[in-house]
Amino acid sequence: MELDFEKPLQVIRDEIAALDQKRMKGDSVASSRIATLRRKLKSETAKIYSQLSPWDTVQVARHPGRPTVMDYAGKMCDEFIELHGDRLFGDDKAIIGGFAQIDSTRFMLIGHRKGRNVDENISSNFGMGNPEGYRKAMRLMHLAAKFGVPVVTLVDTPGAYPGLEAEARGQAEAIARNLTEMAVLETPILTIVTGEGGSGGALGIAVGDRVLMLENAVYSVISPEGCASILWRDGSQAPTAAAALKITSRDLAALGIVDGIIPEPVGGAHSNPDETMANVKAAVLEQLKALRSFSTSRLLDNRYKKYAAMGRYN
Amino acid sequence: MGWFTRRDKKSNEELAEIWQVCPSCKAHVFKEEWQAGLKVCPKCGYHDRLTCRDRVDLLVDKGTFREFNENITPNDPLEFSDAKGPYKEKGAETAARLGISESVITGSGNIGKVRVVLAIMDFRFLGGSLASATGEKILLAAEHALRHKRPLIIVSASGGARMHEGIISLMQMAKTCAAIAKLDKAGLPYISILTDPTTGGVSASYAMMGDINIAEPGALIGFAGRRVIEQTIKQKLPKDFQTAEYLLEHGFIDKIVHRREMKDFIERFLAYRVK
Repeated sequence: MELDFEKPLQVIRDEIAALDQKRMKGDSVASSRIATLRRKLKSETAKIYSQLSPWDTVQVARHPGRPTVMDYAGKMCDEFIELHGDRLFGDDKAIIGGFAQIDSTRFMLIGHRKGRNVDENISSNFGMGNPEGYRKAMRLMHLAAKFGVPVVTLVDTPGAYPGLEAEARGQAEAIARNLTEMAVLETPILTIVTGEGGSGGALGIAVGDRVLMLENAVYSVISPEGCASILWRDGSQAPTAAAALKITSRDLAALGIVDGIIPEPVGGAHSNPDETMANVKAAVLEQLKALRSFSTSRLLDNRYKKYAAMGRYN
Repeated sequence: MGWFTRRDKKSNEELAEIWQVCPSCKAHVFKEEWQAGLKVCPKCGYHDRLTCRDRVDLLVDKGTFREFNENITPNDPLEFSDAKGPYKEKGAETAARLGISESVITGSGNIGKVRVVLAIMDFRFLGGSLASATGEKILLAAEHALRHKRPLIIVSASGGARMHEGIISLMQMAKTCAAIAKLDKAGLPYISILTDPTTGGVSASYAMMGDINIAEPGALIGFAGRRVIEQTIKQKLPKDFQTAEYLLEHGFIDKIVHRREMKDFIERFLAYRVK
C-alpha cells in the first residue's frame, strides 16, 4: 500500500521497473539510468520522510506493512509460546501473549494484534481488545511476575473495542484493573509503542517502567479524527487535530512521556520490516538488561514516581 | 390584541425562576421543592447533576470539610488551541465562572465518627474531564489518605479524559490508579461513588476500582459513548444500556444508593471495618 505523500516515490519506482524491462532486453543505457534513479529514490525518500507532518506520521503508524506482533513473536524472537484465554470468558485474538526468548533473554511478550489484510483483521478485530483480552494480558503479567521474568508489551491499537458486549463484560473495569495492577506488578515492564497507541485501549497494557516508541508510531488520548469531530465539529480537520494533540514520538519524548525513540529505516518501518525488528530487538535486550539491575522495591518505587510525576508542574 | 390574550402572562424567564422541569419525566416541580429534595425529581426519582459543593453538603458533617490543594489549576502542556480558541483562556474562564479551580475538589471531612478524605468531581468544569491538575489533586488526596490512614472517597462525574491536554490527560489514568494501588496495599478503604455521567477514561481508571462501587440511580456509566458503539456495531442499543441498573445487573456495581441515603450508607459501611 502506498501512502499519498509517497506517490512521487512510486513514480520513480515505476520508472525503474520500466527501465529494468529494457535492460533485460539488452538496452545498455538502461543500467546506468537505473543506478541514477535508485540514488534519486533514496534521496527523495529521505527527503520526504524527514518532513512528515504529524498527520502523515499517523498514516505511517497505521500502515498495514509495518511489523505486527505476530512478526515480532515469530521473527524477532527465537521462541514464542503463545498462551491463551482469560479463564473467565474466552480468548481474545486482538491481544495475544506468551513466553518469548531472544538469545538467552526470556520474557513475557504481550501485544495488540493488527492484521496485514482484511481476513486477518476480521479475525483479530483490527487490534481492538475486548475485556477478555485485557484480562488475559493481566493474567499473563502475573504469571511473568511469578516466574521472575520481565514483561514486554507491544502497543498497536486504534483503541479498546467499543461494542455492546465489551461494555456488558466491563471494558472499563478490565482496563482500570490493568492500570492498577500493573502499577504494583513485581517484575520489570517494558512497553514499546510500535504503531498506533490508541487511548485507554493502548494504556491498558502500557504502564511500563520504560516506554519507548518506534520513530513513526503515534500515541494519543483520542484519534485525530475523533478529536476533530468533537473540538472542531469537522472530521476533515483531523490533520489540524493531529498537530495540536502532539502525538509523534519526538513530541512525546519532549513532553517526557516516552523514554526513548527506536529509529525506523528511511522510508518507514513498512519499507524494511526486518531492519525495524532488528532495531526493536536491540532496544528490548538493552532495556531489559538495564531494568534487571533494580531491586523489586526500587523498581516499584521508581515506577510510582514516574507516573506520579506525569502532569506535575512547578 | 385578542380577548383571550392574558395580560398577566408570565414570561418564560419568570416561569423558570419558579418551576424546575424534570429533564427525565418533564414534570413541573417547584424550584424550592427541587432544591430541598436534593435535586431528585419527586415524581420519577431522576437524580439531577450536583455541583461539587452540593456534594460536600450532602456527604460530610456540617462545618467539617477542609479543602486542600485548591490552588492547583489547569495546565496547558500542549499550548492547545481548537476551533473555539486557546484552551488556556477556556480553563481560566471556566474556573472564574464556577469558583472552582479544576474538575475536582479535594479535602477531608467527617462522616459520623470517621474522618475521610474526599475527591469530588464537578461535571460543570469542562464536562468533569480528567486532566493533569485533576489527576494531581486526586493523587495528592490519595497520598493524604495514606499518610493519615484514612478512607478515601471519590465521587466521579466525568465525560472522560480531557483532549486539550492530550497524552498528559491519558496518563492521569495510570497516575491515579497507581495511587489507588498504594492505598489498597496499605489496607485502606476506597469507596467509589459513580454519578451521572461517569464515562471514558474516568470509568476506565479509578472510578471502577473501589473496594465498593456505589452508583446513584439512573447514572450513565460506561466506557465508550453510545453513538460510537451504535456506529460500530450498527445496531440499536437497549434502553437501559450503560445505566447504573445495567451495571449492577452485570456485576460492576455493588449497590445503587439514593442520594438522600448516601451518607448514612457510607457511615454504616465503614463501621464494618475493625482493622
